[in-house]
Amino acid sequence: MSREEKGRDEKLTGLSRRSFLRGTASAGLASLIACGPEAEGEIEKVEGEETRRREAGVEVLGPGAVTIELTVNGEAQAVVVEPRTTLLDALRQDVGLTGAKRVCDRGTCGACTVLADGKPVYACALLAVASQGVEIETVESFGTPDELHPLQQAFVDHDGQQCGFCTPGFVVAAKAVLDGNPQPSPDEVAEGLSGNFCRCGTYAGIQGAMESLRKGGRHG
Amino acid sequence: MAERPEEYFWPAPDERRLLGTRISRLDGPVKVTGRAVYTYDVRLPDLLYARILHCPHAHARVTRLDVTKAKEMPGVEAVRVVSGEGSEIQWAGTEVAIVAATSEGAAGDALAAIEIDYEVLSHFVDDEDRVNAPGAREGDAAAEGDPDGAMAGAAVRHTGYYGIPRIAHNCLEPHGNVVRWDSDREVTAWASSQAISAQPNQFAQPLGLETSDVRVICEYIGGGFGSKFSVDRWGVECAELAREAGKPVKLMLERQWELTIAGDRPSAYAEVELGADATGRLVAWRSESWGSGGLGGSGSPPLPYVFAVPNRRHHHTSVPTHTAGARAWRAPNHPQACFITLSALDDLAAKAGHDPLVFLRHNLGFTGRLESIYREELSVADELFRWSDNWKPRPAAEQVGRWDDGPVLRGMGLAVHTWGGRGHRSNCELTVFPDGGVEVKMASQDLGTGTRTAIAIVAAETLGLPLAAIKVKIGDTRFPSSGGSGGSTTIGGVSGSTRRAAQNAVAELVARVAPELEAEPGDLEVREGAFGVKGDASRQLPWKKVAALVGPSSLTVRGENPGPGDLNDSGVGGVQMAEVAVDVETGIVRVERMLAVQDTGLIVDLKTAESQVYGGLIMGITYALCEEKVVDPATGRLLNVDFESYKLAGYADVGELSVHMMTGPGFDDRPVIGLGEPPVISPGAAISNAVANALGVRVPYLPLTPERVLDALARHGDDSWRTA
Repeated sequence: MSREEKGRDEKLTGLSRRSFLRGTASAGLASLIACGPEAEGEIEKVEGEETRRREAGVEVLGPGAVTIELTVNGEAQAVVVEPRTTLLDALRQDVGLTGAKRVCDRGTCGACTVLADGKPVYACALLAVASQGVEIETVESFGTPDELHPLQQAFVDHDGQQCGFCTPGFVVAAKAVLDGNPQPSPDEVAEGLSGNFCRCGTYAGIQGAMESLRKGGRHG
Repeated sequence: MAERPEEYFWPAPDERRLLGTRISRLDGPVKVTGRAVYTYDVRLPDLLYARILHCPHAHARVTRLDVTKAKEMPGVEAVRVVSGEGSEIQWAGTEVAIVAATSEGAAGDALAAIEIDYEVLSHFVDDEDRVNAPGAREGDAAAEGDPDGAMAGAAVRHTGYYGIPRIAHNCLEPHGNVVRWDSDREVTAWASSQAISAQPNQFAQPLGLETSDVRVICEYIGGGFGSKFSVDRWGVECAELAREAGKPVKLMLERQWELTIAGDRPSAYAEVELGADATGRLVAWRSESWGSGGLGGSGSPPLPYVFAVPNRRHHHTSVPTHTAGARAWRAPNHPQACFITLSALDDLAAKAGHDPLVFLRHNLGFTGRLESIYREELSVADELFRWSDNWKPRPAAEQVGRWDDGPVLRGMGLAVHTWGGRGHRSNCELTVFPDGGVEVKMASQDLGTGTRTAIAIVAAETLGLPLAAIKVKIGDTRFPSSGGSGGSTTIGGVSGSTRRAAQNAVAELVARVAPELEAEPGDLEVREGAFGVKGDASRQLPWKKVAALVGPSSLTVRGENPGPGDLNDSGVGGVQMAEVAVDVETGIVRVERMLAVQDTGLIVDLKTAESQVYGGLIMGITYALCEEKVVDPATGRLLNVDFESYKLAGYADVGELSVHMMTGPGFDDRPVIGLGEPPVISPGAAISNAVANALGVRVPYLPLTPERVLDALARHGDDSWRTA
């Protein structure tokens, strides 16, 4: 584990897990984690642990808002978020980048995909406080409407989009595939894009886009 | 008096410059870079976030509701009761109370502080059980000819049972709004809506405003599929919260509730009996169908579908259930009717020993004015899919469930479909500026169909301009009203209104250009980038100079749809073929390849038209293999409320797809017809037929889950397995 990762890990474990549990309980997800007396027992256990950690000098965040620093598209910026805020919500609501979409909000559909230190991640499944010290890249960093990244141009040329709501997530996932291998096999593409869902049914267009990039090898 | 053209028409095939070519959608670059702002993305100063307390019970009465503590929670700025004490709840997910707070977390904390008690009442959610359904509503029987007599005389008969469940729209952008009060009488509402022009009125009435006080904006929408016409109760409540708090409010449904209450295609179950003569010509049809789309029940699927069997009777019973109401889902009632009819026809053909392609061709006389379209499309499909070269009959009865060459069996199936798709009402405003710029405005919306692109293509084609010269503005009710995007009516509607507006502009411009070229207006023509004198290439005025003639106040004209001239038509035909591989050990069905041959009259943009058809195939594969709303009979709650359990086909699940759009005489010499619905109708039947062809036994339900495939194999020969 690198020093950076260790620091992040401490920050994460230092989170107020009691607030997290209470937060999820109020969010109606309690049944998935624990219910009734068991939940109370679990919360008490966490509270005890939290006290122990505080006494041991571990930083405990929350439950109120905290100031954190996120590095997004090469720019470090301070944002004030509740510790329970996901990276996705911090990007969308606080940083002001709404390319990553909130669809399932539970790490399944891929619409919120961003790159974290170059690797594709679901921004809805990461806490913002745990994303400090990580280079976050969002779809907005790849190209602009007037100057598209070749990958984005291929999506446009092959109409790999309809309503467009899933598209940014697909573009980021596809970028990760191409960053790993500029000429990926169809199986590699399928594997890399299998964490994303589209409802309009644009897979054929995306396939065309990826195929053209593979053949043309133009990616940069 | 405004100048008007003598007639409104589409250019002949050899005179089309842009129409029918492959053009990339104009808003592609904005979407692909994450810059497109959807309702969910709207950010405003002081924005509050709202969350809803939904009732967990399918049928209940609210006996106590106390929001006092919730109102005192930190960050809370407004709390509203939607279903107060004494209210009877009719489906799980019903909105009970709504909170607006400075963050979603704070709103969620406040929901947890709401004190509520319910008296739980008995519920009914089994939509397949029409016998025990309280309040089942029987429709009238529709009959023609002598179905009983003809059935008795049929040389070959088939009786089948088929079922297609409720599914959810599951729009990736959930339903929702951002609402801001600009004054105490003026509201701006961002809406994830497929019918913005209809929404100001729907907001105004409950809010006590006039329609003109409400502005609705929808620049981009993250999917609608028929579920996003109405403002809905949460839209009005969002506006009320914003009024109460004095700050703008964003309210987007959470995924669980989007699936539960904001999208529902009605189910359909049917007992079908049909008969043919010794040559395989259909002679009789009898069907009894039922289904549900919530308390309102369901509409009657048009049975028999496409084929007007000469002696026929159909009767439908609508089954009310304690589930959220049905919403139009792409091609309402058609996927159900197609699945039931084309499955039954396929089973009859198999029983009589016919290749279904031959069998359908033999019966095309019953398809009315679509006969020639289907005949040509079936030939094209046969050739492209190499159907006749590859088709094999179903395994014989004694072979079912057995294999010699490994457990993966292959099969082929086909289906046909139709849809109306006449263009809706639309008003277009087109302005030519003296610097040569052209702006086209209307309060339409783009569901992903390519509305902006179609408008720009028609305007550019008519004015002789490059596509880039046209600025299209839609998605705002400050522009002239245009119809809702439902029933494949948008492309026909907006292209009709735009064509008339652009032709009106040409008439106005021609009147100004004629004296400049010393010609009569009737002698002028629109060329690429210029207006010129017919038959004299040297006499023309470039567009910049043409536009300059409008003078400093610009030229603004309108166009309407419908209107004079045949710019719209209705009634398309389509054929789809599927090849599947079924693993009889695991029950897993894989679509290996699919072909869609589709007619849509005059194609405006070939590229986005093809995308519509690919999308229809993929959405169809999804409902054929994966989708079903599973409601728990004990609690009446929807069980699959996330993407892990409400499954969608992924990138790797769709096999090899091809699309062929019909052009040429009899096809694109007709005017524009809509395309959103047709291609999503056939996949259920085509894929189910392919599975039956592979297995030698019909899996009578969609979706074709592994469990059902194995069940059908195990129960082969046993007809008693249907549950109702």
